[in-house]
Amino acid sequence: MTHFIRIKGISKRFGDFTAVDNVDLDIEQGELFSILGGSGCGKTTLLRMLAGFEIPSSGKIEIDGVDVTHQAPYDRPVNMMFQSYAVFPHMNVAKNVAYGLRKEGVRRTETTKRVDEMLELVQLTELKHRKPDQLSGGQRQRVALARALIKRPKVLLLDEPLAALDKKLRERTQFELMNIQDELGITFVVVTHDQEEAMTLSGRIAVMDKGQFQQVGTPKEIYEFPNNRFVADFIGTINTFEGVVTVVGDEEIQVYSDEAGESLTALGRQLVEVGQTIEIAVRPEKIFVSKDKPDNDDVCIEGVVDDLGYLGNRSLYRIRLGSGKIVQVSSQNRRRSVRRFLEWEDKVWLSWRPRSAVVLLD
Amino acid sequence: MEATQCCGIAGLMSDPALAKDELWRRIAVAIPYLWLLVFFLAPFAIILKISLADPVLALPPYSPSFDSDGSPAMSLNNFSFLLSDKLYAITYLRSVAMALVTTLLCLLLGFPMAYGIARASTATRNLLLLLIVLPFWISFLLRVYAWMGLLNNYGVVNNLLIWLGVIDQPLQIMYTDFATAIGLVYSYLPFMILPLYASLERMDLDLVDAAQDLGATRSRAFWDITWPLAKPGTIAGCLLVFIPAMGEYVIPYLLGGPDSLFIGRVLFDEFYSNRDWPLASAVAIVLLMLLVVPIVLLQRAQARNKEQSA
Repeated sequence: MTHFIRIKGISKRFGDFTAVDNVDLDIEQGELFSILGGSGCGKTTLLRMLAGFEIPSSGKIEIDGVDVTHQAPYDRPVNMMFQSYAVFPHMNVAKNVAYGLRKEGVRRTETTKRVDEMLELVQLTELKHRKPDQLSGGQRQRVALARALIKRPKVLLLDEPLAALDKKLRERTQFELMNIQDELGITFVVVTHDQEEAMTLSGRIAVMDKGQFQQVGTPKEIYEFPNNRFVADFIGTINTFEGVVTVVGDEEIQVYSDEAGESLTALGRQLVEVGQTIEIAVRPEKIFVSKDKPDNDDVCIEGVVDDLGYLGNRSLYRIRLGSGKIVQVSSQNRRRSVRRFLEWEDKVWLSWRPRSAVVLLD
Repeated sequence: MEATQCCGIAGLMSDPALAKDELWRRIAVAIPYLWLLVFFLAPFAIILKISLADPVLALPPYSPSFDSDGSPAMSLNNFSFLLSDKLYAITYLRSVAMALVTTLLCLLLGFPMAYGIARASTATRNLLLLLIVLPFWISFLLRVYAWMGLLNNYGVVNNLLIWLGVIDQPLQIMYTDFATAIGLVYSYLPFMILPLYASLERMDLDLVDAAQDLGATRSRAFWDITWPLAKPGTIAGCLLVFIPAMGEYVIPYLLGGPDSLFIGRVLFDEFYSNRDWPLASAVAIVLLMLLVVPIVLLQRAQARNKEQSA
């Protein structure tokens, strides 16, 4: 079976600067795929190459079996929702949405019908005669979405679709986007710097840095099994302990870490050798805090409470180890109580299961 | 008007600091406006008064508005003379035509320039803008004289063309309408570029990309998006070029030669050569009407357009 979107060895150079460096990617039909990365990582350039605004320096892009690498933007079965939304300020909502159909030469009656349907879908029917400057940010975003969807593109590209919205609206819009995508079955490719947005929206994520993909996988794979230091750091918070491998067993390895002041046990998923310097990484929510030393096989380190924060649903602790290293811990507040379970400078034990830790080689 | 103003201030009185700010803001706006109004209306009233008088050999060289017995002595003689003499009508038409051609050429040259500047990198953009403004550091008159040096029969342009072998005899460029047009376009081009640049620079480039993404070719996207969004700049630029070009005196006088008939020159000649102040004033009043009426109509149309779209 051939893939719906095939990106093969795509590079884009601007003078000496390589924005996108030999990227390969396949995206299936109907997928909601995110490209996640910091500013300047090349994600927007990649998206603009899919849209046709940039011609790749090398490589090939196929959409639904057709080579579109050198096709002009107006010839591609692809539409884009811009980060700025790029709603035409001199046209009202209905005219904005109708623009793509008018350029296609669709008949007037047909255009009106499809515009009305689309405005219904994004709940803008009442505002169809408004000008963009009379709309809120969220409404403009929906105009941009409707305008990009009306030509029934094979692929919809979304550049930071929610970045300009406030938090509450962002959460609601996220689910609206997912519903619309589900309803229309159009392949969505989203570019974002917001890992939370990428995690909730997408079926698969590509984490990008320095023009290359660091990891491609489901949100779970990327969060729980990061490939490397960059991915582990970029997605969520993670505590890392540098150490030297001392024992390599059948399943488990032992790593002695000065930072932890202990020998740490982890699952040896990757091939490591004795004497190799590696990192053990643990997410804050995988660590338990207790006042007494737990009586089990878990990895266990002693420390004192350096700082704590109450966030309602959970509490955040910063625990200082003997080496001076600070470990972040997040724990659910299951019990309803006004008394604090821990105070500053309390002596505590940190513990986690060996299988919760990630082994990072670079 | 006064009533709403005092209500506006009274409404703000609940916050004295805000009311004070508002008061200062109004004063700051009112003073220059008052200045402009007074020094536009006063000369206008004087010119209007003179235009209704008869020329006399005296000082000042026009008859008083009232006879010695106090009865008004005003007539429309000067205006009817303007209408009866075909030469004036032709001169007005020539001036309108020249101003229109100048405006059009400035727009054709200025739009791509302004577009290019607005799309350049910030550093280049500042340099380019500086270059546009740079000629203003040299006296306007000097720059027009420089054009005389360039365009005359033994000037740089003719010498160059002869040296290149394009022509054998010097071309008569100097003292033609063509030379006037060159001078006008050269002098007024910055007034077209700057407002155009201002409106193009503000435009979100994504808008053009979005139009192309939705199926518009490059040229289609220009006419659908860039052109309408640059309209305020285009209108401002056209007015800034058309109005002064219409009454321009120096350029037609120096580059167009003594026989070129433009209204600015006629105005000057009537005042200074013929000392017919009343007729000159009438010429000025008609010129003003020719300028004001289309502008008012244009603004009305724009206001109506805005209302409709709102």
